[in-house]
Amino acid sequence: MKVKQISVFMENQPGRLAAMASCLGDAGINIMALTVAESSDFGVIRLIVNDFEKARKILKDRKFTVAETEVLAVEIPDEPGSLGKVLKVFAEQGLNVEYMYAFVSRRQDALIVFRFDDPDKAISALKNTKVKVLTNEEVLALVK
Amino acid sequence: MYWNKEETLPRKKLEALQLEKLKAVAARVYQKVPFYKKKFDAAGVKPKDIKSLKDIQKLPFTVKDDLRDNYPYGMFAMPMKDVVRVHASSGTTGKPTVVGYTRNDIETWADLIARCLVSAGAHKGDIIHNAYGYGLFTGGLGFHYGAEKLGATVIPVSGGNTQRQILIMKDFGSTVLTCTPSYALHLADVAAEQGIDIKKLKLRVGIHGAEPWSERMRDEIEKRVGIDALDIYGLSEVIGPGVSCECIEEKHGLHIYEDHFLAEVIDPKTGEPVEPGEQGELVFTCLSKEAFPLIRYRTKDLSHLIAEPCKCGRTSCRMSRITGRTDDMLIIRGVNVFPSQIEHVLLNIEGLEPHYLIIVDRKAALDELEVQVEVSEKIFSDEMKRLDQLRDKLENDLKDYLGVNAKITLVEPRTIQRSEGKAKRVIDKRKI
Repeated sequence: MKVKQISVFMENQPGRLAAMASCLGDAGINIMALTVAESSDFGVIRLIVNDFEKARKILKDRKFTVAETEVLAVEIPDEPGSLGKVLKVFAEQGLNVEYMYAFVSRRQDALIVFRFDDPDKAISALKNTKVKVLTNEEVLALVK
Repeated sequence: MYWNKEETLPRKKLEALQLEKLKAVAARVYQKVPFYKKKFDAAGVKPKDIKSLKDIQKLPFTVKDDLRDNYPYGMFAMPMKDVVRVHASSGTTGKPTVVGYTRNDIETWADLIARCLVSAGAHKGDIIHNAYGYGLFTGGLGFHYGAEKLGATVIPVSGGNTQRQILIMKDFGSTVLTCTPSYALHLADVAAEQGIDIKKLKLRVGIHGAEPWSERMRDEIEKRVGIDALDIYGLSEVIGPGVSCECIEEKHGLHIYEDHFLAEVIDPKTGEPVEPGEQGELVFTCLSKEAFPLIRYRTKDLSHLIAEPCKCGRTSCRMSRITGRTDDMLIIRGVNVFPSQIEHVLLNIEGLEPHYLIIVDRKAALDELEVQVEVSEKIFSDEMKRLDQLRDKLENDLKDYLGVNAKITLVEPRTIQRSEGKAKRVIDKRKI
């Protein structure tokens, strides 16, 4: 029920992001979702890719510092109000969202990536709701 | 105008005085300091073997590591009940270097600073703006006691709070400025920001030390602050500030107070004395101190001696400005910082590998210390807040440990070059 996210440490210098994206592209890696968290000197790039292990190897070979994190990929109706509903579920359980980002696919729903300190607790919180938590395979199947 | 008559002793009399005191201090440390007895015995020398000033070369050197090995009071020559003050300065590793003073030592020190002030043209009635740091650092209290001994009025502002210092300087009518050379320029900058022309204030002369500075910087200080700017030299191991000082008559070469300190210049690689006038490492023997007299202390400061008589009439030998160090010690805003201290702090963090680069620069007048730290997988996190916390912790730990502010920049592994052999850890961009 958890999805592997790859995160990359990056200095805030022109060309770094392009270099990372190019080396993944050259290796045939497809990026399905990405977000860039920034501060003045550096940023953390978080990616969901179609081949986690290959991407990790490519990036490490190019001397990038990478980390693996388990995140939740959640499917909600693509309509006003649906984000608020799912966030309310977490809030009621005292679950703090560390960060989140959304991505689109060829399906009708909106897909959101959530990072929690305790992802298992978040998965239980969603059990009795209409919110679908995707498996790693289901996420990868979104891109053909 | 001289403070002590010893400043104009004819050379022969000065050298006779030095020999008498050298014999006495050699005997005293041999008797009172186990470290020196061991060292003398290992070198096969006894105090009675000192028959001429040249015989000082028979005595062993003292280095900073000896002080560290005998931390804190192992090299004191007087019992603690007679030590009325201790000061400390940075050590290469965790422990600071501790020095001690008897009541007589404090008087001697105050006399030396009074000499410096008089050689700068200061006198009773002057208002001395003392912006050297007060505390364990010898600068603040060293100048304070000397200025009081002279009979001048001392304003003990210490460092920091620059805006308030400008106000005090203006309202209290400071006439003499004692601070680091870079701080003098910083005061000029801040005064200008406040719309005050520092040249129009009552300041007349400055005595600047605790960090190296150049003739070019002197010109800049004199032009921008509107004062005569003199160089003073010292180190806490030898006494603090007041080992040597320029005179306002010549402003060229610092008069070494040879009745209290026997100076040598050696080749740092061989330990042999250099030719007269040649550059080398300064070595001092304390002739007068009671609590903490050091024999042939290797300062790691590079300089050369100037034997020509000075038009001010002082007969003591002069030394040039310090031109460099034999080790990797940095001076940041007057504070000694060793790269090994920085490494010590970094290695305390779990998982942090010692791949770092120290960059020192001076924007405007003040030194800036940046430490670039490589983010390896062990310390990387997907959460920004963890990286921010790591950076904040490193900055706090460095501030605590070094006594100076450092900016930590987290960088990618490719940024810091690996090198064969000893890695280049420090880039000093300052052009002093």
